[in-house]
Amino acid sequence: MSETATARAPASGGDDALLDIRNLRIEATVYPPGEDPHDIVIVDDVSLALRRGRVLGLIGESGAGKSTIGLAAMGYGRGGVRLTGGEVVLNGRDIRRLGVRGLRALRGREVCYVAQSAAAAFNPAHRLMDQVVEATLEHGVASRREAEERAVALFARLGLPDPESFGRRFPHQVSGGQLQRAMTAMALCPQPDLIVFDEPTTALDVTTQIDVLAAIKDAIRDTDVAALYITHDLAVVAQVSDEIMVLRHGKMVEHGETRQIIEAPREDYTRALVSVRSIRHEEKRPTPEPVLTAERITAAYAGSLKVLEDVSVAVHPGQTLAVVGESGSGKSTLARVITGLLPPIEGTITFAGRTLPPALAQRGREDLRELQMIYQMADVAMNPRQTVRTIIGRPLEFYFGMRGAERDRRVAELLDQIEMGDGFAERYPAELSGGQKQRVCIARALAAKPSLIICDEVTSALDPLVADGILKLLLELQKQQDVAYLFITHDLATVRAIADSIAVMFQGKVVRYGTKTEVLSPPFDDYTDLLLSSVPEMQVGWLEKAIESRRMEAAGH
Amino acid sequence: MNGSGGLPVLRLIAQRLALGVLLLFAVSVLIFAGTEILPGDVAQSILGQAATPQALENLREEMGLNQPAIVRYFQWLGGVLTGDLGTALSNRQDIAESIGRRLGNTLFLAFWAAAVSVPLAILLGLLAVRYRNGLIDKAISGTALASTSLPEFFIGYVLIFFFAVKLGWFPSVSTVYDGMPFVDRMRGIALPAAALTLVVLAHMMRMTRAAILNVMQSAYIETAELKGLSQFDIIRRHALPNAIAPIVNVVMLNLAFLVVGVVVVEVIFVYPGMGQYLVDHVSKRDVPVVQAVGLIFATVYIVLNMIADIAAILANPRLRHPR
Amino acid sequence: MLDLRRIPIAALVGLVLSTLFLLTAVFAPLIAPYGMAEIVGDVWEPFSAEHWLGTDNIGRDLLSRMIYGARVTIFIAGLATVLSFTMGSILGFTAAVVGGWFDTLMSRFVDLLMSIPTLIFGLVVLSVLPSTIITLILVMGLLDSTRVYRLSRAVAADINVMEFVEAARLRGEGRGWIIFREILPNALSPLVAELGLRFIFAVLFLSALSFLGLGVQPPEADWGGMVKENKDGIVFGIPAALIPAGAIAALAISVNLVADWILNRTTDLKGGRGNV
Repeated sequence: MSETATARAPASGGDDALLDIRNLRIEATVYPPGEDPHDIVIVDDVSLALRRGRVLGLIGESGAGKSTIGLAAMGYGRGGVRLTGGEVVLNGRDIRRLGVRGLRALRGREVCYVAQSAAAAFNPAHRLMDQVVEATLEHGVASRREAEERAVALFARLGLPDPESFGRRFPHQVSGGQLQRAMTAMALCPQPDLIVFDEPTTALDVTTQIDVLAAIKDAIRDTDVAALYITHDLAVVAQVSDEIMVLRHGKMVEHGETRQIIEAPREDYTRALVSVRSIRHEEKRPTPEPVLTAERITAAYAGSLKVLEDVSVAVHPGQTLAVVGESGSGKSTLARVITGLLPPIEGTITFAGRTLPPALAQRGREDLRELQMIYQMADVAMNPRQTVRTIIGRPLEFYFGMRGAERDRRVAELLDQIEMGDGFAERYPAELSGGQKQRVCIARALAAKPSLIICDEVTSALDPLVADGILKLLLELQKQQDVAYLFITHDLATVRAIADSIAVMFQGKVVRYGTKTEVLSPPFDDYTDLLLSSVPEMQVGWLEKAIESRRMEAAGH
Repeated sequence: MNGSGGLPVLRLIAQRLALGVLLLFAVSVLIFAGTEILPGDVAQSILGQAATPQALENLREEMGLNQPAIVRYFQWLGGVLTGDLGTALSNRQDIAESIGRRLGNTLFLAFWAAAVSVPLAILLGLLAVRYRNGLIDKAISGTALASTSLPEFFIGYVLIFFFAVKLGWFPSVSTVYDGMPFVDRMRGIALPAAALTLVVLAHMMRMTRAAILNVMQSAYIETAELKGLSQFDIIRRHALPNAIAPIVNVVMLNLAFLVVGVVVVEVIFVYPGMGQYLVDHVSKRDVPVVQAVGLIFATVYIVLNMIADIAAILANPRLRHPR
Repeated sequence: MLDLRRIPIAALVGLVLSTLFLLTAVFAPLIAPYGMAEIVGDVWEPFSAEHWLGTDNIGRDLLSRMIYGARVTIFIAGLATVLSFTMGSILGFTAAVVGGWFDTLMSRFVDLLMSIPTLIFGLVVLSVLPSTIITLILVMGLLDSTRVYRLSRAVAADINVMEFVEAARLRGEGRGWIIFREILPNALSPLVAELGLRFIFAVLFLSALSFLGLGVQPPEADWGGMVKENKDGIVFGIPAALIPAGAIAALAISVNLVADWILNRTTDLKGGRGNV
């Protein structure tokens, strides 16, 4: 592994930073429809320094500018984004002054990038090996043979199956978690000084995330590369970084050692991020008469294998049943069966003591009114051409025949309940923020005065603090109106916060079911154990402990 | 590439070919039925209201109209499949024979129009992407918008007016005959070929631009950029392999478009091809000729569309290398 | 509501020209200086004070004929568009919302019709049908409705699977509410833009047919037919045929500009207020 020191400016003394960003300012031109294009500031006066072998976590909500800063370290601006002020000094020179050629020589040689969606970032037309070694060959770092040897070694180190032959596959032939690791191998192959990880585990299921996270962490340690690790999940970043910078609206909020940020945050905003999902909710006991019972449900989509097999669960009045599982577990299909969108092959659904017809078309208006639904993507769950007043007012008209002033009064009440004012009534969905949209969807469901609301991943698309607000609102509304929730989620932290009982689903079956205390107390079945131990905790060193205990269990079996 | 992965591709292509054959049969039914939609019969409409009953009866006899439509369809189809397209009502000539030379002329014209327009459109499309939102791109988009609104004869007569009449560079009437020297023949078709090129160029350019742009906006292009590859290498190694299928698709669709454009362009330039032949016999209400020529045009159109689909299947790595 | 200063120049030009063409067509007898079939001078007279656009192949005033021709062209193309649009969009929407065998049957039939180029199939059918204006409108309208069908079915099918439509279904809403209140408002902008494009296509199709001698029959004349009448003058350097041809191009381009602008404008989802 010969260092090609000739190709780059001699690094200054050991104490000096590898990457030194000073007073960075980034702007972009936006083109809103029907308006004159104008410039907005995305990143304002951000400074950071990073030494060799260190990992800096950049954390913030969407729109905080964290990805933009990461790409700025490569002198790259996505879609019209421009670096308009400050310096980005890498290996002793300001890369803003490098010009096209200089930047090209730097990208893929000194700095490499790992994207959030490796599935999109790999070219579908080429084999993995060709793509992994491409930058190494392009910059003349190694011969093809040498580069491929390096790649195979990296595949092995990152725990990919059949490292020798893995590179011969095409991107669509391997799983998402494997692609994410292959992308890390691609970034490490040219032996860069710095890697920018842009939400590398966000798109993965939790049980996959932990392995990829561990692989990335080991690879960083073994190669002594520096890294910028970008994520919105503080618990994740706490596992891999030495220091953390908290960003908001393009400005720095707080910067410190990881332990300090997690254990003793100084700023209010950081404190809020750290204490996210620490909602306390007192578990209620099951009642003798559940509001909804699904018994022995088996279901399949036309012409496919069974998606649900023999699923039985019950929701009690005024309580929350959380259905938790990873993608493909069948949890959303269960919601479709209960609402009648997908009539089951077998099994019955009992609601308030009466058996519901399996198909939506056969159900009466009262049945429909009492069972409402809230979706993950509030954007597409509301008609973009209707105002908030129409969206919330329609169930009032439809179920209760309310009109005119009476209806408007009730809409205002509902807007009040979701902690938004009457001023929002004339807005269109596109004029609301993500959290506000989800609140309007909640108000629409509440307008029907239901006894059960199905919540399908309602907080997954939202930033943690906003999601927290929604969860608190849902709990508050449950207290006031005694409505029951069937809460579908992949996120165990959310489950802990709000559930009274829990059903864990895996490959179409319920593998564990009971009250929250029962489900979350040992002894566990294998899958629940895996799931529980995979959820990152806001604690330095959690990852090592989790991996260690997993290793011991594997040895024990 | 690797043999083991070939199977699903072959199956899909076989399916697409079978579908094409099925479609051709359905189209032949439709074209036949299209000449049967009158409440009266074809003989009446050919001869007009003033025809004597005897003349009508003779024509009916000659066209076999006294037999049920389904029998006539299968007789016609049997003839078509064995290369017998029947005889023209208007001049008693064998249709297959009349078509032979004209088809050659039309293909000659269409070939040269395609030979100019396809590379030009792809080149301009690439330029538009390379200098996106720049002057070239805006000019190309503007021209494309305008030229989809231009009738073929506007382009044709403007060309004739300036290049044949005012400047005298080319003949205004594109006569071609057997044994004509190649150079004269090329001079003869220069204007109609130019008109055809202009008819399809803008559209093809715009679609090529969209196809390449779609690829260039993919995340893997950003990956390539962040590897420090040059613009040229990015396009050659990463954009092109994924853009070929959509470009082939664009080209085939526009060739199909061009084949139809030939009809009007041939009439403008009085060019002895299939289009001119078709239009002449539509006015003469010579149904057997119209059916035969209509079927040939439709076949070319369907085959070009089929090639586009097969190209898309072949270029998809997911199908070539299944899991 | 409609801020004139917000309209881009191109759209404004298109709007003004389209309106002008429409007014010409409506008030043709009032505007035209001479009668449509009136022979007022020599053959192919050049531009002059009496005959602004000169005279045609048998000495009729070309400007007057152009004005009456606008009427024929816009009338036939307009009716054909109305027909194709009503049929295509109603069937397309129904197919998307109802689904099942109706959708399959309709869609396969439309696929079949569209696998033959419109002009070619039009010629095949016109070879046996009587040459009347009604025939033209019906043939053009029916053939073109396949395209409207495909677009409206695709647009409606896309919207139909969105969660807000599912939400309406779960609420128990009827088919009428779903089509007219949930789907239609969201499908309107591509459909209105398509209306413009279909009209242009109808104008071009009609002109091509008339130019080939298979459309509007003499003594009536549309612009395409007038190109045919005057085309022999071209070889003598008389540009009379270019005038109706140019008019067709101008009409098509101006409608295109308007359609383009409508498509851009109505995709705005903030009720046209454009704040935030």
